[in-house]
Amino acid sequence: MEILVAILLTVATAATPLLIAAIGELVVERSGVLNLGVEGMIIMGAVSGFIAGYVTGSPWLGLLAAIVVGALFSLLFGFMVLTLATNQVATGLSLTLLGLGLSGMIGAKFVGVPGPKLSNLYIPGLTDLPVVGRLVFGQDPVVYLSIALTFGVGWFLFRTRTGLTLRAIGDSHGSAHALGISVVGYRYLAVMFGGACSGLAGGYLSLVYTPQWTENMSAGRGWIALALVVFASWRPWRVLGGAYIFGAVWIGQLHAQAFGIPVPGQVLAAAPYAATILVLVLISRNKRLTMMNTPASLGQPFVPDR
Amino acid sequence: MKKLLFALSAASAMVLVAASAQAQDKFKACFVYVGSHTDGGYSEGHDHGRQFLEKELGDKVQTSFVENVAEADSERTFERLAREGCNIVFGTSFGFMDPELKVAKRFPKVLFEHATGFKTADNMATYNARFYEGRYIQGQIAAKMSKAGLAGYIVSFPIPEVIMGINSFILGAQSINPDFKVKIVWVRSWFDPGKEADAAKALFDQGADIVAQHTDSPAPLQIAQERGLHGFGQASDMISFAPKAQYTAIVDNWGPYYVERVKAAMDGTWKSQQSWEGLKEKILVMAPYTNLPDDVKKMAEETEAKIVGGWNPFTGPVSKQDGSPWLKDGEVSDDGTLLGMNFYVKGIDDAIPNN
Repeated sequence: MEILVAILLTVATAATPLLIAAIGELVVERSGVLNLGVEGMIIMGAVSGFIAGYVTGSPWLGLLAAIVVGALFSLLFGFMVLTLATNQVATGLSLTLLGLGLSGMIGAKFVGVPGPKLSNLYIPGLTDLPVVGRLVFGQDPVVYLSIALTFGVGWFLFRTRTGLTLRAIGDSHGSAHALGISVVGYRYLAVMFGGACSGLAGGYLSLVYTPQWTENMSAGRGWIALALVVFASWRPWRVLGGAYIFGAVWIGQLHAQAFGIPVPGQVLAAAPYAATILVLVLISRNKRLTMMNTPASLGQPFVPDR
Repeated sequence: MKKLLFALSAASAMVLVAASAQAQDKFKACFVYVGSHTDGGYSEGHDHGRQFLEKELGDKVQTSFVENVAEADSERTFERLAREGCNIVFGTSFGFMDPELKVAKRFPKVLFEHATGFKTADNMATYNARFYEGRYIQGQIAAKMSKAGLAGYIVSFPIPEVIMGINSFILGAQSINPDFKVKIVWVRSWFDPGKEADAAKALFDQGADIVAQHTDSPAPLQIAQERGLHGFGQASDMISFAPKAQYTAIVDNWGPYYVERVKAAMDGTWKSQQSWEGLKEKILVMAPYTNLPDDVKKMAEETEAKIVGGWNPFTGPVSKQDGSPWLKDGEVSDDGTLLGMNFYVKGIDDAIPNN
C-alpha cells in the first residue's frame, strides 16, 4: 500500500507538465491554429521561470515569469502566422528551434546552480490521513492547478458562448468571419493562452520537478503533449487521461526495472508511448465523433478580405 | 590622392600579413562536443579542460570548439576543422570514433585524439579515464552507510563503460558487506533531469537509501536531499545541489591531459597512443568526502591511496554473475576485458539489456 501511494504520487508529477502543455495546445488547435512550437515555449518558460525564481528566491514569482514569457514568446508565432499568414507548420518548428537555442544562451550563466523549489501542500490533519492524505491533500499546488485548468477549459469550450465561438472559428474561419467575428483576434488570444500554458509547464520542470536549469531539459515533452492532443481527439478530459496513463506507465516501468522484472529495455522504454496511443485510439474509435471534434480548418492560413 | 591610397593599401596589406603571421604562430587546438559546453556535466567537463589549456599555454595556443554535434553526422565537422587549419582535434564522445578515424586518414598531417574509444591510427590517439576506480570507493561508502543494505543505481545505456562502473561499485560494496544489493534502473538517456529524478524516486520508494548514477544531471541528488537520503555526484562536484546528500563525486579533470598532449604536439614529440589514466594521474579526482563519519571518510581515503598506489579494483578472486570464475585470487583483469565488458559480476540481480 505504502509503495502504491508512493508510485501514484510520482505519477502525478510526471503527468502534470504534459497535461498543462497539452491543454494549452488543445485550445490553440480548437481555434484552428497548429502550433508546433510547444517544445520551444516550454523551454523558454523553464529558463525564464528558473531565472526569476533564482533571482527573487520565490518559486511563485518564477512560475509567473514562466507564464508571461511563454505567452510573449508565442506572440512571435502569432504575429507570423496570424498577421503575416506564414505557414503554420514551418513557423511552429522554427519557434521550437529558436526556443531551444535562445534558452541555452539566456540560461548559460545559470547552469549548475540550485534553484528554489515549490513545496508540496501540507494541511495539518488532512495531509496526515493514511493513504488518501498525501494523494489528495499533499501534492504540489500546480497539480491541483492543472486539474482545475482541465475543468476550466472543458467548461469554457463546451458550456460558454465564447467557447462555442472559438470552436466555430476552428471549424470554419470563413463562416465565422462572415458573421463578423474577429477570427484573428480570437486566435491571438488562443495562441497566447497556449503559450502561457506551455510556459507554466516549463516553469514546473525547472521549479518543481527538478529545481535546476539545464539546456534541453524539456527533453521532448512538448512533442508528447502535441501527440496527446491529437490522440485525445481534442477533448480536455481525454487529454488528462492520456497524460496520466503516460505518466503511470512510465513510472510503472521504472518500478518494474527496480523490482528486477526481466523485460527487454526497449519494450519498457516504448511502453508509455504505446500504451497511451493504444488507449486513446480505442476510446476515440468512433469515427463520427472524432470527425466532429477535429477542428476542420486546423493549420490553414486565414487572410481576412478587406 | 593616388599616393595616399597606395600608402593606405600598403599599410593595410602589411597589417594583414602581420596578422596572418601571428595566427600561424599560434598552435590551433580544436574540440568537438556531443552536448553543449554548458551542459553542467560531461561536455562541460571537457570545456573546462579546454579553458585550462588556454590558461596554461596562454598566447601560444588558440582553441575553439564545436558543440551539440550529432554523433552520426560528425564526419563533416571533423573534416571542416581539419581543413580550417586545426593542428590537433579532440573528439570527446564515444560515437565520434569512426567518423573521426575516417577524417584522420584523409588528413595525415593533422593530429587527432578521441575520448573513450578504442580505434587508433598513426595520427589518431585515444584517451579515457578510469572512472571505475572512483566507483569502487563509492561502493565501499554505500555499503558502510546504507542502513537497508541496498543502493539504487541509475544508468543510461548498456555499454562497456557503464557495466564496468556497476561491477566496480558492487565489488567495492561487497568488500564491506558481502550481501549488499543494488537495484538498477536504465533510463536510456545520458541527460534528462526529469527521467533521472523519476528513477531516483522509484529506487527510494523501493527501499534503497543511497543512489549512485551513471547519468549526468544532479536531479537524483536533489531527490535524495529532499528525502533526507544520500547519493554520489557524477562528472562534476554536485555538492551545491545537495549539500546534505552528496557523499562524494567522481570529477572529470581532462585539463592536465590536454596540456600534456598539446605541448607534445607543439614540440613534435606527439605519438599515437591509448591513454587510460585514473586517480593516480589525477585525470579523475574525488570530490571532498562529506556528510560521512570520520571512520568511513578515513576508509575512503585509504582506498583512494591504495588505488593511487597501483592497486586495481578488478583484482581476483571475482566470479561472474552466474557463479563461473573470472579472476583467480590475486589476478588482475587486463584492460581489454574491461573496455569490452559485457557481463556482470556475482551479486547483481539484473539482466544486461541487449542494446
